[in-house]
Amino acid sequence: MSVIYILLAISIIVAIGFFIAFIVAVKSGQYDDSYTPSVRMLFEDELIKEKPEKTILTKKTNN
Amino acid sequence: MEHKSCFHCGLDFSDSEVVYDNKSFCCNGCKTVYEIFSANDLTCYYDLQDSPGATPKEVEGKYNFLDNQKIVDSLLEFNDDKTQIVTLYIPHIHCSSCIWILENLNKLNPAISASIVNFGKKNVRVTYQSDHLSLKNLVKLLSKIGYEPFISLDDYSIGKKNIDRSLIYKLGVAGFAFGNIMFLSFPEYFQVNGFWIEQYAPVFRWLMFSFSLPVVFYCARDYFISAYKGLTSGILNIDVPIALGVSVLFIRSTIEISLNLGTGFFDSLSGLIFFLLVGKFFQQKTYSFLSFERDYKSYFPIGITKIKNSGEEESVQVYDIKKGDRLLIRNEELIPVDCILIKGKAQIDYSFVTGESEAVSKKSGDKLFAGGKQLQGSIEVDVLKTVEQSYLTQLWSNDVFNKNKADGFTNITNMISKRFTIALLAIAIVATTYWLFADSSKALNVFTAVLIIACPCAIALAAPFTFGNLLRIFGKEKLYAKNALVIEQLAAINTIIFDKTGTITANKETAITYEGYNLSTDEEILLKSTLRNSNHPLSRSLYNLLDEHDIITLDNYQEYIGKGIESQKNQDSIKVGSASYVGLSPENRVLNTAVHVSSNNIYKGKFTFYNQYRKGLSKLFNQLKKENDLVILSGDNSGEQENLTKLLPAKTKLFFNQKPEDKLEYIKHHQISGAKVLMVGDGLNDAGALAQSNVGIAISEDVNVFSPACDAILDASKFNNLYQFIKASKSAIKIIKWSFVLSFIYNAIGLYFAVTGQLKPVIAAILMPLSSISIVGFTTIATNLLGKKLK
Repeated sequence: MSVIYILLAISIIVAIGFFIAFIVAVKSGQYDDSYTPSVRMLFEDELIKEKPEKTILTKKTNN
Repeated sequence: MEHKSCFHCGLDFSDSEVVYDNKSFCCNGCKTVYEIFSANDLTCYYDLQDSPGATPKEVEGKYNFLDNQKIVDSLLEFNDDKTQIVTLYIPHIHCSSCIWILENLNKLNPAISASIVNFGKKNVRVTYQSDHLSLKNLVKLLSKIGYEPFISLDDYSIGKKNIDRSLIYKLGVAGFAFGNIMFLSFPEYFQVNGFWIEQYAPVFRWLMFSFSLPVVFYCARDYFISAYKGLTSGILNIDVPIALGVSVLFIRSTIEISLNLGTGFFDSLSGLIFFLLVGKFFQQKTYSFLSFERDYKSYFPIGITKIKNSGEEESVQVYDIKKGDRLLIRNEELIPVDCILIKGKAQIDYSFVTGESEAVSKKSGDKLFAGGKQLQGSIEVDVLKTVEQSYLTQLWSNDVFNKNKADGFTNITNMISKRFTIALLAIAIVATTYWLFADSSKALNVFTAVLIIACPCAIALAAPFTFGNLLRIFGKEKLYAKNALVIEQLAAINTIIFDKTGTITANKETAITYEGYNLSTDEEILLKSTLRNSNHPLSRSLYNLLDEHDIITLDNYQEYIGKGIESQKNQDSIKVGSASYVGLSPENRVLNTAVHVSSNNIYKGKFTFYNQYRKGLSKLFNQLKKENDLVILSGDNSGEQENLTKLLPAKTKLFFNQKPEDKLEYIKHHQISGAKVLMVGDGLNDAGALAQSNVGIAISEDVNVFSPACDAILDASKFNNLYQFIKASKSAIKIIKWSFVLSFIYNAIGLYFAVTGQLKPVIAAILMPLSSISIVGFTTIATNLLGKKLK
């Protein structure tokens, strides 16, 4: 039994692991909407803000 | 006067300011939304984007149809005792604030457990507890904060739709196998002889074999199916040589490793499939926020109010409407069936159907056609025909709507593939025959090698990458094509047909001229004050055009539906309206839309409304006339004929009073005599013509709102670029032809190795990806250069 078999087995198992991860990701709908998540990830901070009222800027008026 | 813009919706306003919490709002509606948000700690909404909101509309009674359990069930995606999931299309979704507020709906109502926005599709998927919140109340809540969902007949039973992700899976499998096979084939490429290889080569080879199995039997399945279909119908499409190449690659490689003759071509095989799928994926650019398949169902309401004999109101599903039913049509509601007006003043906007923006007045007893929108108060109607049998919807029963435009069109790739396949087989047979006499042991080897190396991967990739890239470039320039085929068809156009109203005219602008005796200042003041009271669209546009005057209070004001208006101030009276109403004899009438004025019963003159043509129309037509026949098919009367003849090139054909079926027949007739027709239209009345034509482009002032079923949607602001788009499509065909030349050169090199019997797997492994990549590179650079010219 040569070490090459072990190495091959490991490499294939790792590759299949990633492959399964990919299938799971597609199945969960990750590739259905490629835009919204890029915006959503920026919201995290706003959600935990204590008193958001104070941060509102009064909108400038156009004269 | 100081102009301000609303803190909530950004609308500029000068009067009727509402101030709350130090912020100014244009109306109470906007203020209410702000109040709701600030009471629920949701004012972050305004931090993300300046004035992102929309003014909430009055929805009282509008969603009563959501009381009908049958309708609700058809809309829900998931429903058990407690939880319901619904996906709602919300046209207003346009910025990050929208995403944020809609994903925080649970703060407004705790019964909502999750809401996820898909920005591209402009929809929100809401999960809520049905025992605390009904769908109707959810929709009302959304409307209250300015995010009114749009629910149409199209949504009926749409809830259980599956998304097709098979191409991504196939691409993943092919990529995975390709990568692994590449690594496994390296040892033999680098060390041709030696003890190590001899001992371990079979392991590597059989591993490669097993990796290639899913590629051949799963990823490449579509190519086999398409090739089979092509052969059975007698067409040598591009998938025939591909399928041939793939099967030869697989069979020869399997035999080689079984008999221990060589490594096989598994790397080339999986690489080929992977590149082909990448091409397919690239071509599959879709504009998810647009719909190209709209028929009347996308416009029609899902439910309508029926008045029972007992006088009770009941919401019914539109398909359940029967002949003889009495319906209640509320303000701003669409009439779903042909019917007779029984009660109320009808002011019907048929712009969905005809493209004509001017509303028509109807009195009780008049027939109303499906597709009209009631603009003024509620009316009661008696149903004459069911939905499917109505005048408008019958248009869709025409065969043309079931026809697939891809059928019967030989695309450029398949055109070349026929000759290519025949030439390929000829070369293979000649070379094999030669080797049968020269060295018969090599004959089979050469035969398969020719089929392998000539596998037209590069040819198959040229069109998808060129058109796919151009599709994206066109999208940036606001021409949204449905698919790559549209661009290819656009290049072959030789006849262009335009609709008039809304297509070559700008909807928003009209020009008005006055003919007759001059009006005195007093008369003008009186006229302006009178018009102010009328809601008729012509009155509104005339009112906006007249000079500023002080508005006086009228002593008397009367409006006669379908005729005109009359008013009195002190001794003076004024009549405004149709020719017969103000007392003009019939022979003086013209076909143009006009408003006539008489003062103290003396005829004064008329205001004539002219269509305002899009700027640059003349120039565009002059550019187009060189290579195309130009035709205008208008549903309107011939009032504009003189104007158009002056404006457009002399050989432009003009046809007026064309019904939707006439337009369709006209196109059909010319297609039979060989014309390749591009139809440019806008309204539902063009839907038949758009479907019948080779390419149907819908012009849209706002691409997010309605446009009829078509092949491409063009933003109205880019109308003048139509010529450039056509020219770019024609250049794309040239690019593809050059790519074919390039790939033939690669094929010739490969064939040299194949015919002389020296094709080694390593040569195939280098040559095949190299040709594919250089084709992709060439087409991408060339189309980008083309795109630069568009700007």
